[in-house]
Amino acid sequence: MKNLALNTARFVAAGILAVSLSAGAALASEGAAVESQSWTFTGPFGTFDRAQLQRGYKVYKEVCANCHSMKLVKFRNLADPGGPGFTEEQVKVLAAEYEVTDGPNDDGDMFERPAKPYDAFVSPFANDNAARASNGGALPPDFSVIAKARPNGPNYIYALLTGYEEEPPAGVELRDGMNYNHAFTGNQIAMAPPLSEEIVEYTDGSPMTVDQYAHDVVSFLMWAAEPKLEERKRMGLQITIFLLAFAGLLYFTKQKLWSDVDH
Amino acid sequence: MATSDMSEPTRRDFLYIATGAVGVVGTAAAVWPFVDQMNPDASVQALASIEVNLDAIEEGSAITVLWRGKPVFIRHRTGKEIEEARAVPMDELRDPLAENANLPAGSPATDENRAEKPEWLVMVGVCTHLGCVPLGQQGDFGGWFCPCHGSHYDTAGRIRKGPAPRNLDVPEYTFLSDTTIRVG
Amino acid sequence: MAGNTTYHYKNPVVRWFDSRLPLVSLVRAQLYDFPTPKNLNYFWTFGGIAAICLVVQLVSGIVLAMHYTPHVDMAFNSVEHIMRDVNYGWFLRYLHANGASFFFIAVYIHIFRGLYYGSYKAPREILWMLGVLILLAMMATAFMGYVLPWGQMSFWGATVITNLFSAIPIVGGTIVEWLWGGFAVGNPTLNRFFSLHYLLPFVIFALVVLHVWALHVPGNNNPTGVEVKSAKDTVPFHPYYTIKDLFAIIVFMIFFLGFVFYAPNMLGHPDNYTPANPLVTPAHIVPEWYFLPFYAILRAIPDKLGGVIAMFASIGVLFILPWLDTSKVRSATFRPLYKQFFWILLLVCVGLTYLGGKPPEGGYVIAARILTAYYFLHFLVILPLLGLFETPKPLPASISESVLKGGSGKPAAAAAQAEKR
Repeated sequence: MKNLALNTARFVAAGILAVSLSAGAALASEGAAVESQSWTFTGPFGTFDRAQLQRGYKVYKEVCANCHSMKLVKFRNLADPGGPGFTEEQVKVLAAEYEVTDGPNDDGDMFERPAKPYDAFVSPFANDNAARASNGGALPPDFSVIAKARPNGPNYIYALLTGYEEEPPAGVELRDGMNYNHAFTGNQIAMAPPLSEEIVEYTDGSPMTVDQYAHDVVSFLMWAAEPKLEERKRMGLQITIFLLAFAGLLYFTKQKLWSDVDH
Repeated sequence: MATSDMSEPTRRDFLYIATGAVGVVGTAAAVWPFVDQMNPDASVQALASIEVNLDAIEEGSAITVLWRGKPVFIRHRTGKEIEEARAVPMDELRDPLAENANLPAGSPATDENRAEKPEWLVMVGVCTHLGCVPLGQQGDFGGWFCPCHGSHYDTAGRIRKGPAPRNLDVPEYTFLSDTTIRVG
Repeated sequence: MAGNTTYHYKNPVVRWFDSRLPLVSLVRAQLYDFPTPKNLNYFWTFGGIAAICLVVQLVSGIVLAMHYTPHVDMAFNSVEHIMRDVNYGWFLRYLHANGASFFFIAVYIHIFRGLYYGSYKAPREILWMLGVLILLAMMATAFMGYVLPWGQMSFWGATVITNLFSAIPIVGGTIVEWLWGGFAVGNPTLNRFFSLHYLLPFVIFALVVLHVWALHVPGNNNPTGVEVKSAKDTVPFHPYYTIKDLFAIIVFMIFFLGFVFYAPNMLGHPDNYTPANPLVTPAHIVPEWYFLPFYAILRAIPDKLGGVIAMFASIGVLFILPWLDTSKVRSATFRPLYKQFFWILLLVCVGLTYLGGKPPEGGYVIAARILTAYYFLHFLVILPLLGLFETPKPLPASISESVLKGGSGKPAAAAAQAEKR
């Protein structure tokens, strides 16, 4: 029995080693290390802070959305459970601020109408080429799943948003139209610093600082990328408890069953 | 099987039954996501209501709009059609119920119960027999006729002849203004 | 299998049915009463665990296919539609994506168990070779499945792996275009990969049936490697191993679902959340972790064709393993030298996995070459020679004897048990 346990431990250790090595390898091979921030949504019991998501939506809407689309998120999602917690009435109002192209109508013409909750977030540019043309050739990426599309997503985006430096370090020659950012790969980024003090008006008394804006908008982006995060963790807890209990029962059943066999 | 444990049969049985019961509960719970995924998803649910502008529909004409994947007839009825529908004695109706989602179940199939505003008849254009789309202003009663199996509906969309069992369904709808309705 | 049944049924309907199609007898003989060595340890549960993984992948895959659209313009968005709109869609998709990883974990443990206890040796060669075929089919299925979400890693993984075939002299280019259905990975490629990704799991299922059939002819190997001698050596499969396997399956599920619910993207790659872009290659293309050792072998050889051959040979060598191992003794428990080499091989495979995830430069390449060379050395040189030079420990006369006298590598516990009686 002792030997078996030893062997088991060795096998398990080797398996864990393999997984962790490969995961570590995958992580280590991308991007620079970024500092970890504290987020409400991390950990097995993490949830989103509704007020923070609402503020983050405001930052996205007033700052990011000027260039970055979010084509996979629908206005109705803003009222979904586990999200920013807007009411359905608020969502209708938020949607109606935008115009979307619909049609063709009976005359065969496309027409503009106010957006409805079932419409997707309205993109700032008609297509990718228009987006490039307006941004000096660089395509602002879509933000729908951006928080999952970057290694260590939330911390990286926070680092990027707060990583701008007015003057590049001595000896670094900035290319035309580029900005210096110590979190970005290659340090030269086409996007100008998007956040500055008091650029977005908060009405709930939260500090109107770059740091707070960055935290809020990153939380919002994480929700947009993983809208079922709260449901997932809740279900995970229930199922884990159930499986632990079931495994315990099965273990005792197995022990009882095998108690009359020499093995 | 074993004799050594005969001294405590209840404990052993209880353990087996408890394990089995927990297993059954777990299996049932595990099946649910695989069943529920076939139900209408959030994007389908979100499109479940539409708004229609009635401005352009002349008296005596109708439009068909798509709602939840099904055709909805919106007919601007003429005075004659309304009169005909109201003149029908209730005991001649095959289906005496209004089949109107806006009214309590069991309401009688009077013309008033079929159309909230007499000139506007709103119905799901799906034959209650086997789901074909009936043709307008045809059949023995001047209403709708289903070409698939010969069901005849009157000018209030009530079944009068043929194999269909029920009147054409009236969906949930509300008038947002005199010229706009929301279906669903 | 069960032709003329020796069972007698009281229920007349069962008797009537079973005399015409002995399905009930088949299940009773093969799943209930099947005599199974009583000394199997928990490493023997991984076959059943792998089978459960296959079922999970099949069921979750079939329901995902109800919502997925295999078209380059819609594939990425349809996966996101599953994640956002479909009822429990996020769960089904994470279950399927992580299920692939855990299927490989179970199968790799299953394979190394077979290597340690010599389960590939006569008379189980066909059983082992069917297992290698299952591994190959799994790899093809997993590769094509990873292409379906049509993210950056999907697209570039597909490009790199299909380009392996361009290494074939003369006809390579033609074959690659045939695989693609075009001049690059594109919509025809995605469509056929979807079709084959749906088909291959059923091929795997059929291979698993054959695998189990081939297992039930000689019966299970066991930790001593000594064949079953009498009924005293065995217990009926049900309930003894059904309950033990079920316990192991549930414990495995706790780890598996732990990833699904708490780290669903840890085994994936962030680049696959960026839609495929044929104009931009990601900085580092890495396959899923379960392909990394093979990827390391591929890159270790400085020649294109040579690398491809080495990679396929690394699996091919498993195919002829039953004839490479010349030892008369099965279990590493009684092979003191082989036991050491087994652990070295395991570490080499872990090392290759690590190196497969590293950029192909400097020391990594040299290390990968050494480990690749050792991998083949183990199978082609060490194993054949070991059988000739190694002096095995004395084998127990039977499974029962090893259990009672503690010959199966667990003397302390067995002795303690003996004292109790």
